[in-house]
Amino acid sequence: MPTDPPLLQVKDLRVTFGMDEGTIRAVDGTSFDVHPGEVVGIVGESGCGKSVTMKAILQLVERPGRLASGEILFRDRQGTQTDLAKLDPRGPQMRALRGAEIALIPQEPMAAFSPVHTVGAQIIEAIQLHATQEGRRVSKAEARETVIGLFRDVGISMPEQRVDAYSWQLSGGLRQRAMIAMALSCKPRLLIADEPTTAIDVTTQAQVLALLRDLRAKYNTAIIFITHDLGVIAQMTSYVVVMYLGRVMEQGPVDQIFHAPAHPYTRALLRSIPTIHGETRTPLPVISGSLPHPFNRPTGCPFHPRCPEAMPGCATATPKLLPVAERQSAACFLHHQEAEP
Amino acid sequence: MTRYILQRLALLPALLLVYSFVIFVIIQAPPGDFLTHYVATLASSGSSISMEQMEALRASYGLDQPFIVQYWLWLKHLVVGDMGLSLEYQRPNAELIGEQLAATIALALFSFVLTWAIAVPAGIWCATHQRSFVDHLLTIVNYVGVATPNFMLALVLMWVGFAWFDISVTGLFSEAYVDAPWSFARVIDMLSHMWLPALVLAIAGTARLTRIMRANLLDELNKPYVTTARAKGLSEWTLVLRYPVRLALNPLVSTIGWYLPALFSGSLIVATVMNLPNIGPLLLRALINQDMYLAGGILLIYSFLTIIGTLLSDVLLALIDPRIRMEG
Amino acid sequence: MAQAMPAPAEGAAVEDRIAVASNWKLVWWRFRRHRLALISAVLLVLMYGVVLAPDFFSTQNPEQTDARQAFIPPQGIRLFHDGSLAPWVPAVTGKRNPVTLRMEWTVDPTKRVPVSFFGKGHTWHFLGLIETNRHLIVSADPRQRIFLLGSDRLGRDQWSRIMHGTQTSMTVGLVAVALSTFLGVLLGGLSGYVGGKTDSVIQRLIELLQSVPTIPIWLALAAALPRDWTPIQVFFAITVILSLIGWTTLGREVRGRFLALREEDFVLAARLAGCSRLRIILRHMVPTFASHIIATASLAIPVMIINETSLSFLGLGIRPPALSWGVLLQEAQNIQSLALAPWLLLPGLVVILAVLAFNLVGDGLRDASDPYAN
Repeated sequence: MPTDPPLLQVKDLRVTFGMDEGTIRAVDGTSFDVHPGEVVGIVGESGCGKSVTMKAILQLVERPGRLASGEILFRDRQGTQTDLAKLDPRGPQMRALRGAEIALIPQEPMAAFSPVHTVGAQIIEAIQLHATQEGRRVSKAEARETVIGLFRDVGISMPEQRVDAYSWQLSGGLRQRAMIAMALSCKPRLLIADEPTTAIDVTTQAQVLALLRDLRAKYNTAIIFITHDLGVIAQMTSYVVVMYLGRVMEQGPVDQIFHAPAHPYTRALLRSIPTIHGETRTPLPVISGSLPHPFNRPTGCPFHPRCPEAMPGCATATPKLLPVAERQSAACFLHHQEAEP
Repeated sequence: MTRYILQRLALLPALLLVYSFVIFVIIQAPPGDFLTHYVATLASSGSSISMEQMEALRASYGLDQPFIVQYWLWLKHLVVGDMGLSLEYQRPNAELIGEQLAATIALALFSFVLTWAIAVPAGIWCATHQRSFVDHLLTIVNYVGVATPNFMLALVLMWVGFAWFDISVTGLFSEAYVDAPWSFARVIDMLSHMWLPALVLAIAGTARLTRIMRANLLDELNKPYVTTARAKGLSEWTLVLRYPVRLALNPLVSTIGWYLPALFSGSLIVATVMNLPNIGPLLLRALINQDMYLAGGILLIYSFLTIIGTLLSDVLLALIDPRIRMEG
Repeated sequence: MAQAMPAPAEGAAVEDRIAVASNWKLVWWRFRRHRLALISAVLLVLMYGVVLAPDFFSTQNPEQTDARQAFIPPQGIRLFHDGSLAPWVPAVTGKRNPVTLRMEWTVDPTKRVPVSFFGKGHTWHFLGLIETNRHLIVSADPRQRIFLLGSDRLGRDQWSRIMHGTQTSMTVGLVAVALSTFLGVLLGGLSGYVGGKTDSVIQRLIELLQSVPTIPIWLALAAALPRDWTPIQVFFAITVILSLIGWTTLGREVRGRFLALREEDFVLAARLAGCSRLRIILRHMVPTFASHIIATASLAIPVMIINETSLSFLGLGIRPPALSWGVLLQEAQNIQSLALAPWLLLPGLVVILAVLAFNLVGDGLRDASDPYAN
């Protein structure tokens, strides 16, 4: 259990998208903490607001999206806490944090590199932007040496040649490794990995996960790991946040979430994983119903129309996220009666 | 890369050969020939010409030969740079064309530079300031610009200049320089006269290219690599110019392939209306007077310029896009 | 846009409606949202009304000349007189300037020329069949001519001439595009579906045609037309000339679509179900991009109109006595007469309006037909 003060505290974050057809509440009151060196997993179905939450932390939400309210408190190397939500998304303060303190591993390594610039040039750019050496800016040649070293660290063979390659000349696994190298290039204290293994094949996936685990140990970087794959969560993370329709349903240490889930949604998610111990020829339980259209958000608890344990009150009031066990909390009236104001 | 360019260059003579044949068929197509036209002009002015004289003239121009022989003779002379004699002006065609060619190319290139100098920044501004006032304004200007025929714009400008400012916006030189030999001062004089016709010629293309640039950039701005660049901490303008603009320019470069030729042939109309030295009006006159070898020569020049334009765009595209360069 | 989209509450019902709507219905729904495109479409319908019966919209015979009535400025139409509906135009009187010897026209405020709607004028034949002498607007006094958009150097009524020019120019655009669409779909489809040698032959042909210097070649072809051809013959020849080079863009596009579609699962499914080749093409492949073709075609019409106008303006397209916008604009070629009678540029304004309308409708259609738009 971490004792350091949290590196990142997200408090009641709300992100809205003003569309011609109405407003979509993509993130609707999300809160969680990340401690230094900890790996936090965020799970949920596609469209539950995981990626938007991450973009909001980096202030990268694109129009018509907008940070409506909430706080994103980040503690930098000097120990001062800044509310990122109050910074100008294009201002120098925010830009100084991006890449240097908080880095991103995007979802699609294929499209995340510019195809007309060499991979090396794009990483060198990041290094020259942030890194200083003895008070002066790093030269291109020095940055290039750093990149080659990083490539070696992330397991890219022939790094001297690969530096000058274009992204489309690399395989999917190599591209993701290069992406990780770029994210680590300025030794950030928080790494946001947005489904880093979804777009690559299973064997490479395992290698990339192993690499991320090793690197975390080596650099002591905190990682927020976004995925919809519960297997990856079990392997990688120590703390789990379960999201549904832009709200945190439940959060807790990984063992608690897997062995003593408090929220019906978490339980439903866990039931839908196939296991080799399960009885054969029985249909895999699925969560009944389908994800509602973002314009038709259910009132009250967003999960109640699909919830097997829904009660009459669930449709009218939204349950608060409150502790149910040590470090574990859930937003469900099965455990408490407190509703959001 | 070099091999690719050489390959394309090797195709050039073959293409020109095909064009020369098509062009010869076209200039041969009108019923009658220059001489029947000539006789008709003579007749309308009261004089006449005897049948024997006519046959003698016809033989001297080779007009009595079969079609394919005439083509062969024309081609044979073309290869050594001889475009024949203008039947109307009684001067070598190559000389007639040569006098106007520099001004023609200068006008087209000037328009081209003008187009890019306006369209690229305007497109970038509109894409990064989508739905702003300037974006809406430029959209309107673009629609009207595309919808206005070149000659119409030229007419309006000439009318405004003539009726309100009492200036003539025609011609490419001040009186002192019309017949002067080429000199630095003459070039300056030409440029100071050329920007208006160049603008007229460029307006529709500028409108189209602005829209293309805007659309390309809007597509690119949503690509994940932009988010990556932003997540690095680059400032907004640096990253927009370094990444998405760089990629949005690729499709724009490929427009050179049709735009440059369009400027060459479009200059024909503007030059005719604004009375500029240009091979366009020369072609028009040659066509009307059935001065076929002069017309053929000019058409061949146009084809050559067109092919060069396409070639240029392909080579440039290969130069700036590593994906094409490495395959080529 | 907001009012066209359903409120969130009825979202589910709308989703159902969208799910069962045919492709054309979807295109129409999306097209309706572009207000400018809709207005432009109405304008185009009006213009094609003029194409059907230009004489009905004319106030007089477009060829009627009167040297004494040259360069009369446009006379605006007034609807009311003394508070009651009695349309009229102000009369003009001419005085010869003793210095320049030109006629100078001034509005005579004391005189009015009454006009009538749906009144009787010169006789004409609707579609060449039904004889009538009704017109939309006509001078109530047959001896008094009215010039809604002024007159030219021969005293011909520009309004009536524009009406007749509209018929030619709009038809040339439409027919030329229809022809090039036919060629483009046929050759592009053949190229994309059959592939192999046919494909490479057609591809080379397209490449060759696309690198032709269009305007000079058009001019040369137009100059090759015999001088003694009738206006109808010239009209069709010009149309063919324009479309012979114009089909390549569409041909390329259709080919690309065919190539992509050939690999699609639903085409494979149709083939496995035993559909004939023709049926696969007509029932399965063409409908998926038909709306796209129409959008592209409607964007090609304005290009054709500008080309025709330019050709005729240079004296190598439609020839007088046939009328087209380009022919009318020849009158504006002389800068002196333009300074004297700037309204001679009005046909150009009509060109711009028509091209603008086609472009807006085409853009609207293209956006509406894009299946990936949200």
